[in-house]
Amino acid sequence: MTDDVTTPASVLGEGSLDPQALETVIAAPPSRFRHDYLEVRDLRVVFDGFVAVDGVDLTVTQGDLRFLIGPNGAGKTTIVDAITGLAPATGSVRFGGVELVGRASHKVARAGVGRTFQTASVFDELSVLQNLDIAAGAGRGAWSLLRRRRTVPETVDAALETVGLTHLRDVPAGVLAHGQKQWLEIGMLLVQDARLLLLDEPVAGMSQAEREETGQLLQRIGEQRTVVVVEHDMEFLRSFASSVTVLHQGRVLSEGTVAQVQADPRVVEVYLGRSAGARGSAAGETGGE
Amino acid sequence: MDALVSQLFAGLSLGSVLLLAALGLALTFGQMGVINMAHGEFMMAGAYTAYVVQGIVADAGVSLLVSLVVGFLVGGLLGLLLEVTLISRMYRRPLDTLLVTFGVALVLQQAARDVFGAPNVDVRAPAWLSGAVQVLGVGVPKTRLFILALAAVCLAALALVLKLTPLGRRIRATVQNRDLAETSGISTRATDRLTFFVGSGVAGVAGVALTLLGSIGPTLGTNYIVDAFLVVVVGGIGQLKGAAIAALALGLLQASFEYSTTASIAKVLVFVVIVAFLQVRPQGLVSVRSRSLA
Amino acid sequence: MTARLRLWGGFAVAAVLLFVVAPGALSDFRLNLLAKFLCLAMVAVGIGLAWGRGGMLTLGQGVFFGLGGYLMAMHLKLADAGPGGVPDFMLLYGDGTVPGWWEPFRDPVVTVVAILVVPTGLAALLGLAVFKRRVRGAYFAILSQALAAAFAILLIGQQKVTGGTNGLNGFKSFFGFTLADPLNKRMLYFIAAGVLLAMVAATRLLMRSRYGELLVAVRDQENRVRFLGYDPAGVKVVAYATAACFAAIGGALFTPIVGIISPADVGVVASIAFLVGVAIGGRATLLGPVLGAVAVSWAETSLSEQFPSFWTYFQGALFIGVVAFLPNGLATLGQVWRRRRAGPGIREDESGQPDDGTPRSAPEASLPADAPADALPGRTA
Repeated sequence: MTDDVTTPASVLGEGSLDPQALETVIAAPPSRFRHDYLEVRDLRVVFDGFVAVDGVDLTVTQGDLRFLIGPNGAGKTTIVDAITGLAPATGSVRFGGVELVGRASHKVARAGVGRTFQTASVFDELSVLQNLDIAAGAGRGAWSLLRRRRTVPETVDAALETVGLTHLRDVPAGVLAHGQKQWLEIGMLLVQDARLLLLDEPVAGMSQAEREETGQLLQRIGEQRTVVVVEHDMEFLRSFASSVTVLHQGRVLSEGTVAQVQADPRVVEVYLGRSAGARGSAAGETGGE
Repeated sequence: MDALVSQLFAGLSLGSVLLLAALGLALTFGQMGVINMAHGEFMMAGAYTAYVVQGIVADAGVSLLVSLVVGFLVGGLLGLLLEVTLISRMYRRPLDTLLVTFGVALVLQQAARDVFGAPNVDVRAPAWLSGAVQVLGVGVPKTRLFILALAAVCLAALALVLKLTPLGRRIRATVQNRDLAETSGISTRATDRLTFFVGSGVAGVAGVALTLLGSIGPTLGTNYIVDAFLVVVVGGIGQLKGAAIAALALGLLQASFEYSTTASIAKVLVFVVIVAFLQVRPQGLVSVRSRSLA
Repeated sequence: MTARLRLWGGFAVAAVLLFVVAPGALSDFRLNLLAKFLCLAMVAVGIGLAWGRGGMLTLGQGVFFGLGGYLMAMHLKLADAGPGGVPDFMLLYGDGTVPGWWEPFRDPVVTVVAILVVPTGLAALLGLAVFKRRVRGAYFAILSQALAAAFAILLIGQQKVTGGTNGLNGFKSFFGFTLADPLNKRMLYFIAAGVLLAMVAATRLLMRSRYGELLVAVRDQENRVRFLGYDPAGVKVVAYATAACFAAIGGALFTPIVGIISPADVGVVASIAFLVGVAIGGRATLLGPVLGAVAVSWAETSLSEQFPSFWTYFQGALFIGVVAFLPNGLATLGQVWRRRRAGPGIREDESGQPDDGTPRSAPEASLPADAPADALPGRTA
């Protein structure tokens, strides 16, 4: 893969997010989202006898910005995998009244669920514009697929503004800096018109300023859509989470506001018990306040 | 009853040949993910080794036993050479490895043609393998029984090597998590080379065994390579057990289809069955489930 | 706009070369050889689409090539048949009756429709079966190869209806035109050249369409595409079936041009041999596969006449050298050279291509790290 470090700044320029443009992308009557909430009941994922997720219940309503945290192996990413049809699961996952367990991944996506991956996965050889255009096009018919793109769809234009990549729209996504790739992924979720956004470590590897911008963007998206963020960064969580679910060994350990969770002695114990590791130092702050 | 037993033996016999051809692949393709199209030519090299050895050692019995050892070494060294020169550069490009090793296969075939001549040659079977024994009222050629036993021995030996020896542990560790194995002090390069040596050596042994079934020629390998790969695909990656079951199943299937139709239609039917089978179990018969294949 | 101009300019040059220069400069014999190479290039165009753009390593294109060729051959044999309406080889090997499933191919229209529909349909069915179950990468390659092996064995085994190892040959006419007439042979050349140009144009349109972008996306990140709401199986089937259709048309024209179609043209070795030219020319480019296929076929013809053993070594060496050390083919040599000269400054030129030469067609290369292994049988890395 192309090395971010050697990418000359002159090519990539300085990007920044434009939350104003967001309104164009996600503009929709609020009534459209009224019944949108994620309801997970007794979710279990078993890999060859190993129970990765053990009876998790989770309810996230529209307008919430929910963070999933927990030590490594707590089952955070596996839950996202299970919701999106990537990991075999039992139990129930309903979004907007639609049962998702047992559906193929692409049908889960068509039910309005979008996700990102820990390692930013964009289409490196395609341009930023092409990436977004593909994300916007799942509903296209055969005829429009077999023709060239004549004009840029309005939502794609607005998404480019939103994630601050307009000046890079014809650059191959592979040469973007790491943070820009993650913004592109968020942009793809927006044009995909996902109503439930599952983000796996969206600010990993970002600078402080970029985190700040990303957090504010997610908050604005969260006002309309249902957003679940898997994140390790505690400072980011304290700044932007509206609610937190703490997972431990495949189960829900604690749930509530940031303050409630931080005050929970079980959370303190789980994190302090691991304080020798790198995660522990970040998590130690959680218990410390 | 007799017809059934003889069908069963025909299938088992075919299955054991397939297993011998596929065992090495189960290591190199199944464990390492390398698609070595020259595997068939390593078998061919083993077969010609038996031919050469017989020219030196007059006694057919002794020469067969010597050939099994030398064939293993010849196949193994060819494999080692291939791994060091080409495959080691291409572990991240499995599909391209296929094409490169096909080029190697072409070169080896032509080399055999130039050295030994295009017409087939024969290797004499030892006297103690001529004739047939009566099993359940059916005459079974002793050579077939020998190959069945040889396949079983090779399978058992490889299984033991993988399970018990340090090499086996290193191979399994490398397959499951290359980076972790590396950081745990395992030389994954040395492990790759050894795995490839053993896998290719088994191909050489298989080639020696094939000389018992008929005359041999430069294209000996191409006749088996496709079926051998199918065995590994059906068996599932990473497990010798799967390859063993798949080889016998495909052998029996082919034999029974041949019995009711013709050999060529049987081939097509087996292919259809395999595609249908992959609808049910795309991961093969036996699979190692893990969360990540990193 | 300039790119467009260059494209149409290129087409114009190709058309002049194929329709004016070649027929003027080459003898009837050489022109007929070139026609044969053009048929092989049709297969290459399809492989470029399926393998270069779609990441599907199809080792069984000989099957579709052969289906097209044999369907055409059946019609030609029936049309040539004497008073009894029974092709000569059936009198020789069989009982002198024409099997029922041969009968429809007496009709030229049925034959042409079958050539267009049967191989394409078979590829679509097979593609749906394997891609829906996420069989891909090496597994797909092996299955497609097994299909070629089974097809060749079937042809050899059913001698009474397929001519066996000898195949079908000795055609006298092509839809009423006598093949002994050099003028009609020229007509066949012009048909082949026109069809090939049309295929290249169609492929260009497909590559530049939204579908073409989607196909590359599926090649590089199949799972990511899935989570955007697409079914990658459908995307891949279209490219695979198109490649099969091109191969079938190539086979159908190959039969009257060369005068024989036999299992040797369709088996495992022939099927892989189609890939050499594509790999050399540049698998993901538009014209690379065409030029590569023609160049390799030309080299084969001229070299193997004089040094048959040398040609096989040379072919093997081509596979090894090009795929191992120049995975993007000769078409990208210019880019590599420009990059070397320009130094590390201009990196957008290389479209994110990694320096270690890893081609983007390996779909295994970049999947999300934590996909469960059992759901993805194509992953062997």
